[in-house]
Amino acid sequence: MGRKLLTEHINVEGIHTFDVYRKHGGYASVEKAIKTMSPEEVVEEVKASGLRGRGGAGFPTGMKWSFLAKPEGKPRYLVCNADESEPGTFKDRYLMEKLPHLLIEGMITSSYALGARTSYIYIRGELLYVLRILEKAIAEAYANGFLGENILGSGYSLDLHVHPGGGAYICGEETALLESLEGKRGNPRNKPPFPAVWGLYGCPTVVNNVESIATVPWIITNTAAEYAKFGIGRSAGTKLISAGGNINKPGVYEIELGVPVEEFIYSDEYCGGIWKGRDMKAVIAGGSSVPILPKELILKTTNGEDRLMTYESLSDGGFATGTMLGSGGFFVMDDQTCIVRHTWTLARFYHHESCGQCSPCREGTGWMEKVLHRIEHGHGHMRDIDLLVSVAKQIEGNTICPLGDAAAWPVAAAVRHFREEFEWHVKHPQAATAPGAVFNKSESVLA
Amino acid sequence: MEQTASVNQVQFSEGAMAEIRRYLSHYPADRQKSAILPILHIAQAEFGGWVSPEVMDKVAEILNIQPIEVYEVATFYTMFNLKPVGKHVLEVCRTGPCMLRGSDQLIEHLENRLGCKVGETSADGNFTLKTVECLASCGTGPMLQVREQFYEDLNPARADQMLEDLKALTVRKPWEENY
Ligand SMILES: Cc1cc2nc3c(=O)[nH]c(=O)nc-3n(C[C@H](O)[C@H](O)[C@H](O)COP(=O)(O)O)c2cc1C
Ligand code: SF4
Ligand code: FES
Repeated sequence: MGRKLLTEHINVEGIHTFDVYRKHGGYASVEKAIKTMSPEEVVEEVKASGLRGRGGAGFPTGMKWSFLAKPEGKPRYLVCNADESEPGTFKDRYLMEKLPHLLIEGMITSSYALGARTSYIYIRGELLYVLRILEKAIAEAYANGFLGENILGSGYSLDLHVHPGGGAYICGEETALLESLEGKRGNPRNKPPFPAVWGLYGCPTVVNNVESIATVPWIITNTAAEYAKFGIGRSAGTKLISAGGNINKPGVYEIELGVPVEEFIYSDEYCGGIWKGRDMKAVIAGGSSVPILPKELILKTTNGEDRLMTYESLSDGGFATGTMLGSGGFFVMDDQTCIVRHTWTLARFYHHESCGQCSPCREGTGWMEKVLHRIEHGHGHMRDIDLLVSVAKQIEGNTICPLGDAAAWPVAAAVRHFREEFEWHVKHPQAATAPGAVFNKSESVLA
Repeated sequence: MEQTASVNQVQFSEGAMAEIRRYLSHYPADRQKSAILPILHIAQAEFGGWVSPEVMDKVAEILNIQPIEVYEVATFYTMFNLKPVGKHVLEVCRTGPCMLRGSDQLIEHLENRLGCKVGETSADGNFTLKTVECLASCGTGPMLQVREQFYEDLNPARADQMLEDLKALTVRKPWEENY
């Protein structure tokens, strides 16, 4: 069984309380960092660990930290991105609910490294109950001298607050998040300047995902060299995977990067295979924004190698035959899934969530939703299928923020790998709209 | 700022005001507008699950900003109901991963049970049925949210039980005792 770095103690009774968390080694990284390391040494250690951002883009965390501007007379901020709204992803919620002190410990150690005196956790507004768990834990940390003035007598002081959003996926994009935290609509900013220079209230800011920050305590307590022993190559460490869809054992699994996809899906240690004794049709491996892959391509690369749960292996083949690790939102579709209907729900999601600032995204997501609705409900034309591809292409790369790409990729990939199924909907609208109807490759060849 | 009579009629309770002051203390003195989303959440819990124009005007007054700044924000974020709602708002997740686990069937079941469609309120005023996008509970779908509570792994029987429990429930505010 793979070793757990974040979730080793997650099922210990009372681990959400300060005392129990502390008894299991909690807050050791704060003691070690503040008492024995300079802030720069903490940054160097995180850099050396190879940790990559767990919010989706996989940018090296230590490198991001080293870009933080340090002008005289301006505060610096650390903001934790707990907006978790990417469909298929539910790991940060699980981690915060069960192990609130792990995130708080990570926030303190990371804030020390960055020289932040006030830090925020921006949590999606729907998770107010988790906000209350975090606030309780923060109060305990203050009471025990790990937050507030003069932490552990070191002279370093830090305030930590939790801030709720209001229900908007776009606020997961880091500059929209900062706008939202300033009390505005969540419209992404034009970049540059990047948050490292111009972030919260115009001050240098680092934005990191919950899981990234929660990994810092282990790295500092156990050293970067130990951390780098986990995983494969540039995919160092462990990753929380949110496993959902048509599997026997949905849930959050901490895996060592490098586990074969096939093992992850079929072994009882993880997903436990496909539910109801069915066959697998497709997988979305990294949250709704990454390309869907059919069974053959998610299990093996085109070179015939086993696909592994790493950044590199999942993206092998580019978008033609590969996908991305993304946020680790891994959901599996069984052979009874209608790909057209599923893709339509995603297009509807992106249309709903587009902030409307750039026309390719605002208009394009609306078009894609409309066309997919038409095909799914039996009113599609053959030319609609190419229209989807062309709209997706026109959005891609032409927008202020990556939501445009995130909306385009799933649609383009669904048509790329399941075109026959879209055609079947157009050619046989009656059959396709019958209750519970699902495209069956072999029958359609006869028809 | 000119005050209308209706703004003066909006009164937050002492408990709610204490929460508002606590949030205001989290942001720099010249950045108090940051508290707008937390205060809107408090307002919605305080005034029956929605925020009226008068309530938004009151929020503007507290933050010492123009009312339009509050309207702008309240209309951008989907969690704020801008029209009156039933005693409970059922927010059912409808996105792909939940669809794979039966959210279409759950929505249909609730529509039948409540005798109303998505976007409507049941005749007895107990339930407003809404659909929302992914709530970070995809592994335990189909699911829905009512205020701060998640109801997960819902099948028809569990959904019916939930409706019964909610009917009988006394709604409390987060700052009240026994919350
Ligand atoms: C539309 C959109 C939504 C995003 N949602 C999230 C999110 O919910 N959580 C998150 O950590 N990052 C999200 N991101 C990525 C952030 O912009 C940012 O890269 C990330 O928080 C950086 O943290 P990391 O380097 O630790 O991964 C999103 C990006 C986009 C474009
Ligand atoms: S790409 Fe979409 S979400 Fe991003 S800024 Fe443009 S309109 Fe807004
Ligand atoms: S899709 Fe419903 S909670 Fe994520």
